[in-house]
Amino acid sequence: MSSICLYFQVHQPLRIKKYRVFDIGYDHEYFNDVSETNLNNKKVLEKVSGKSYLPANRILLKLLKDIPGFKISYSFSGIVLEQFEKFSPQVLDSFKELVDTKKVEILSETYHHSLAFFYSKKEFEEQVEKHKRLIRRLFKVNPVVFRNTELAYTNELAQWADKKGYKAILAEGWDSFLGWRSPNFVYRPQGTKKIKLLLKNYKLSDDIAFRFSEKSWSQWPLTAEKFANWVSAINGNGQLVNLFMDYETFGEHQWEDAGIFKFLKKLPYELIKHPDNDFVTPSEAVKRYGAVDTVDVPGVVTWADSERDLSAWVGNQIQKSAIGFIYDLESKVKKCGDNTILDDWRKLQTSDHFYYMCTKWFDDGDVHKYFNPYESPYDAFISFMNAAKDLEIRVNMKKAKVKKHA
Amino acid sequence: MLGWELPPHNSGGLGVACFGLAKALSSGGVRITFVLPKKVDLKVDFMDLVFADVKEAEDLHSSYSTLWMSKTFLKAGDFPADYVRAALFYGLKIREIAAKLRADVIHAHDWLTYPAAIAAKEILKVPLVVHIHNTVFDRGCGNANRHEYEIEKRGFEEADKIVSVSNFTKNTLVERYGIAPDKIQTVYNGIETTGRKQLEPALKPMKDLGYKIVLYLGRITLQKGPDYFVKAAGKVLEYYPKALFVIAGSGDLQEQVMSEAAHLGIVGNIIFTGFLRGDDRDRIYQAADLFVMPSVSEPFGIVPLEAINNGTPVMVSKQSGVSEVLSHALKVDFWDVDEMANKILAVLNYPSLSNDLVDGGNRELPFINWNESASKCIEIYKQLIF
Repeated sequence: MSSICLYFQVHQPLRIKKYRVFDIGYDHEYFNDVSETNLNNKKVLEKVSGKSYLPANRILLKLLKDIPGFKISYSFSGIVLEQFEKFSPQVLDSFKELVDTKKVEILSETYHHSLAFFYSKKEFEEQVEKHKRLIRRLFKVNPVVFRNTELAYTNELAQWADKKGYKAILAEGWDSFLGWRSPNFVYRPQGTKKIKLLLKNYKLSDDIAFRFSEKSWSQWPLTAEKFANWVSAINGNGQLVNLFMDYETFGEHQWEDAGIFKFLKKLPYELIKHPDNDFVTPSEAVKRYGAVDTVDVPGVVTWADSERDLSAWVGNQIQKSAIGFIYDLESKVKKCGDNTILDDWRKLQTSDHFYYMCTKWFDDGDVHKYFNPYESPYDAFISFMNAAKDLEIRVNMKKAKVKKHA
Repeated sequence: MLGWELPPHNSGGLGVACFGLAKALSSGGVRITFVLPKKVDLKVDFMDLVFADVKEAEDLHSSYSTLWMSKTFLKAGDFPADYVRAALFYGLKIREIAAKLRADVIHAHDWLTYPAAIAAKEILKVPLVVHIHNTVFDRGCGNANRHEYEIEKRGFEEADKIVSVSNFTKNTLVERYGIAPDKIQTVYNGIETTGRKQLEPALKPMKDLGYKIVLYLGRITLQKGPDYFVKAAGKVLEYYPKALFVIAGSGDLQEQVMSEAAHLGIVGNIIFTGFLRGDDRDRIYQAADLFVMPSVSEPFGIVPLEAINNGTPVMVSKQSGVSEVLSHALKVDFWDVDEMANKILAVLNYPSLSNDLVDGGNRELPFINWNESASKCIEIYKQLIF
């Protein structure tokens, strides 16, 4: 028996506009770019909705209705849901329609798509709670499976999720800690009692997410038949194939012209042609399969770049100093009692801001360049720090006022 | 190879570039006879030097009248300026030299050598590569000298292949001279990284007082944009009073730049050092917290690479060739004084930014080398000869 677990990440950051040093102290709107560039959040959201979310949702809705055993799961950042509500409610409605089929599981994550777990546990928990409330309000469901931003995972995170009662947690099925073991089984995280670990089959996932339209790839063009055969070949050597990827794979990263939607339409049919295959959501997967072994991940493993660590976000000095600056403001921000300031501070924690500052040009550089709305990582840093400085001034002024009144 | 100058007898980047390229070509197995217009005292062991003995006082009218340039330029009442005259004399003198030489390819650097290159091609009957380091539009910032333009255009047309130092310059050739893009190949300049000399940094007393130093180094001419540098300095000082702006170089715009500084009331924070060479130059690079090249039009621009080699972060204008090869540099439009100030302030305020720029710059600098440029030129030679 081989079960296929599909999880799609839906996220769009609130990109900081070109914010100059002269704006500090005067302009407190950091995310309201209205230019023709990709710093314009509304424009990007509308573009990605049209190219990716809406057509992919239509296809998946039909598949969910037509194929009885077909199931999928999503994780939405709070930031993207907020933007749907504000800029494209019709996209949110189409996601709700999917969830209403009762064949779609929604996962738990941080509201602000942040790396808060590694900087402030208290802030991390507040963001997870805020995210849960939003998911309950919009979709009327309670998530029971956790996935951290960028799939950033450690033993410690799994232990936290275990204590919080989550049934499962997601991670990259990376060779460094798996060794000879296969990602196609369920595992138990080191030092936990009940929670189980679902590991991404990165080879098969990335065949779709990264290589689908790469003409220099020996397997190009990738057909649904071929891919289904690879999955079916796991029968006997594994119980579960976890295909985890960004939802923007469909239509935004891999284009319609390259045939990605045709592939998506056909894939579930091809997969169930093999009588031993079926579909599960993450919580069903851990209900059905027991843990075969314990997995020890003392250092952080993510799903990015060839290093699979946090170096794409906090690898160089500008990234480290920027993220350090933000978390150093935590106690001041929380004491000042201003919700707008708190909200802006949290929006500055979104991992994408730091990703844009990545300077690993020479190996993974191309991917970073493609996703970077700024002219350079240095430009990303400068706008970020200027905005962060403005926030600091706002916090300090608020504090001064509070003192005055007291 | 036809040149106009070689270091240390050089006035700018052209001589440095010719020397670096010729040396790398030579170690790549190319035998070079390098022709210079005038005799200079120079010891070079990797190529033969020949001097054309051009004297500017000679009367051009009395010389050969069949040459294209005589016909083009020597109409009555339209006598060309000094450099143009010298370039034309070079073209006359080359005939005697070329007659005694053998070559498979002629490679000529910038318009001053083009008349000579065309004449040499007539005699030697071998392919001609013209190398463009600087067009009349870069020098005149839009106001082109007609004679220089004509010589350049003629050189491009007579050439079998054109080497431009950047895509920025290639575009100029396509747009302003009507040259077919596929006739032009971009070959970036390089830099010889000989390792950093540990020197006592300049302006130490000021640095000890906590001043940060922003450096401009280059000729003080319209082309190099020193006026934008001073305007940006004015903005920066409103936010960061403990900054010093050093202008190293000389040129005809110096007075204007000084009066602009006076007008902005920032004379106390601007230092003019005059033209610097050798260790003095490295010392000022090493003292600087940021090097700025605000050029209005810069075909390549080796100076920022020298700054990186001295461990200093750089900001370059987008109107430069070097911005095409440098990833780890801040980039601005030369006219965007606000953005220039915004970025200067970021470097002064955040050590992490400065450190990452330097680290990244040091990582990529070795890839910007003359051997790379030479091997591209050798490919071009092979295509022309075989």
